[in-house]
Amino acid sequence: MIKVNTEDYPWHSGMTVRNLLDEKLFTFRHIIVRINGKYVPEEDYEHFTIRDGDDVIVLHLIAGG
Amino acid sequence: MGTILKEYKYTPAKIVHGYSGKSLYINLSDLRIEEKVVTEFMKEKFTGGKGFDLWYLWNAVTPETRWNSPENEIVMSVGPLGGITQYSGTGKTLVASISPLTDIPIDSNAGGYFGPLLKFSGWDAFEIQGKAEKDIIIFIDGNNGLIEIKEAEEYPEDSHVLAEQLTREYAEDEDDMVNVSVVSSGSAAKHSLMGLLNFSFYDPRRKTVRFKQAARGGLGTILRDKKIKALVVKYKGITPNLNNAADLATINKVGVKYHKQMHDLDSKQNKMRQIGTANTVMIMSQYDLLPTRNFQTGGDPEVVKIAPEVFINEWLTQGLHDGCWYGCTMACAKCADHFLLTSGPYAGERVTVDGPEYECVAGLGANLGIFDPQAILEENFYCDTYGIDLISYATTVAFIMECYEREQIGPDHTGGLELRFGNASASLELMHQMSRGEGFGKLAGLGIRKLKKIFVEEFGADADLLEDIGMEVKGLEYAEYAHKESLAQQGGFALATKGPQHDEAWLIFMDMVNKQIPTFEDKANALYYFPMFRTWFGLVGLCKLPWNDIVPSDNYKTSEPAKVPEHVQNYVDIFNAVTGEDIDKDDLILQSERVYQFQRVFSVRMGKGERKDDYPPYRSLGPVSAEEYLSRKELYDKQLRDFQGLDPEKMSLDEKIAKLRAYREDQYEQLMDAVYRRRGWTMNGIPTPERLKEIGMDLPMLLEVVEPKQ
Ligand code: SF4
Repeated sequence: MIKVNTEDYPWHSGMTVRNLLDEKLFTFRHIIVRINGKYVPEEDYEHFTIRDGDDVIVLHLIAGG
Repeated sequence: MGTILKEYKYTPAKIVHGYSGKSLYINLSDLRIEEKVVTEFMKEKFTGGKGFDLWYLWNAVTPETRWNSPENEIVMSVGPLGGITQYSGTGKTLVASISPLTDIPIDSNAGGYFGPLLKFSGWDAFEIQGKAEKDIIIFIDGNNGLIEIKEAEEYPEDSHVLAEQLTREYAEDEDDMVNVSVVSSGSAAKHSLMGLLNFSFYDPRRKTVRFKQAARGGLGTILRDKKIKALVVKYKGITPNLNNAADLATINKVGVKYHKQMHDLDSKQNKMRQIGTANTVMIMSQYDLLPTRNFQTGGDPEVVKIAPEVFINEWLTQGLHDGCWYGCTMACAKCADHFLLTSGPYAGERVTVDGPEYECVAGLGANLGIFDPQAILEENFYCDTYGIDLISYATTVAFIMECYEREQIGPDHTGGLELRFGNASASLELMHQMSRGEGFGKLAGLGIRKLKKIFVEEFGADADLLEDIGMEVKGLEYAEYAHKESLAQQGGFALATKGPQHDEAWLIFMDMVNKQIPTFEDKANALYYFPMFRTWFGLVGLCKLPWNDIVPSDNYKTSEPAKVPEHVQNYVDIFNAVTGEDIDKDDLILQSERVYQFQRVFSVRMGKGERKDDYPPYRSLGPVSAEEYLSRKELYDKQLRDFQGLDPEKMSLDEKIAKLRAYREDQYEQLMDAVYRRRGWTMNGIPTPERLKEIGMDLPMLLEVVEPKQ
């Protein structure tokens, strides 16, 4: 189990940031990912592996409207 | 053309540090034209823009004044930063009046050239009171210091024809047309309560007049009730420092830095320069936020037919600089050129359609179940030229369509119009009826609050159902975001002073997706900071979009990325550089709060602005119907389990809907309590004298309103 934006989310072995974003349907282009407080750049999404128990924050940046 | 009824000569005031120091007053009942001094008190307490508008409006009206009372005013002002050409989004005019939909002050803003040209003609603000006997045009010549009021019976009404004609009439030649700007409404404004104001600017590459709209709250209806066909301003000689800024070098420096961000980042972020605000339509649908079929759901598989790419590839002209004031590199004012109209009085003509903006595609498209880009553009065109606020129109027609589908009204009431979701030709016919002041279209123009009463009392509709599905608060129709799953945005809409428009707060991602504001206090803090911050754009004459529709590439490193701290600092720096003041980001919020609280007290004075006026329809909070519950069954069942300790397996659907409703309504009450506390209001929503004193707004006129209600 991992945390995604403070809520529990099932983890699976080999899960990358890209997998998580796809699973959660986080399609918005303008997001920031932090894992255990550390920023993950967009170019790393494909291969950065999330570990069981990680605390993932996916910040959608628009405060817009 | 048209007899001159009144002429007035004046010496245009020189602008110093963003202010001319003068405002223009015209009374149409006795054709009186006067100049007023903009006092230091006004600048200190109200800053400019919407602040000046509300100050003048307060002094013009009484608690008994209604939208069509002669003493009601239309007031407009561009603010001290308005008209600078070195930063993006600096040409917004703020307009205020007592609204025909809400009976309280409405404010709405528009781009286009009118406000800056008005200021450079010597006027920080412009008040129009009284009513003319016949249709008139007011013309302000800022180079020659001349104001004319002339008869205008023979001029057309619809904006695309009228503004083109007036621009040609008042310009000396083709090159001079960019120096003329027109404010007008359209033929539907006088037959409905949702008339808008079009603000023009001439586009020399397309050789046509373009528009931005101050759309909300029926300002166009008031314009036409005063028998004003148009306001025209002409000023030639735009140069980079007409505001006589205290420190031009800083403005240039901040501007260059910002333009570089725009150049480097827009294509990677929101693509504002390609498609404008409509870039978000697919995203809203993917996140379940696109209001569909009267806000019942948050998206639809058919949305791909009206996706941004469809408009970019098939309809919108690319590669032209589409700024609605000089210097805006965001340039989001897109349009469809040579669009062939297929219905109404202009059928067969090719026109330029300004838009579509996000609200247009969401409102006139998804919310009406119309997934046809051509129909949406045609509705967009007619709303604008007829002078109809497309948000109020779309939300009202969505309500009507749901009433029709739920058999609360029928063809006998609509004159045979099959007003079902997806029926674009019926929606267009309704618009044409509104323009002619005929049939069910005329009734629709009254807006949801009045329609609910008519449908119940005259057509026998179910009052409880209509209260639940009629998406209005305070009499104003909701803007186009589905938001049932964001408690903070429920408050962002229903607790907004003028009614449910999203220009005070858009917190859906922060709240629903990012989970950044989980507690009532967190939400209340956001519902304090963002409305205060966003109010400031309206005080100084700025467009909100350049603030957060692009962000610096290192914005993510800041502690509060949602606030876009670098851009906030830009605003502080520019304000100081124009005015010569020395404010910081907290002073900026203080400037806003003074006006924000003033507007709330103004609403209280007019008989609204209390707790009873801040309740949303239940559809804003949760699922009204079985279909809505079932569309998010998993989520709602989980909430019953997690938050209320219930077992949804043992409950009927009706029981589940009822239990969820009780829970969500209670959550909303708790949110109201938290927000009222944070804003310094009583639990009845009245600003306290103590809070007014803290922000320097314990003016006797305000205390007189709030003290008896403590
Ligand atoms: S961002 Fe768009 S709406 Fe705002 S000033 Fe620029 S062109 Fe006009």
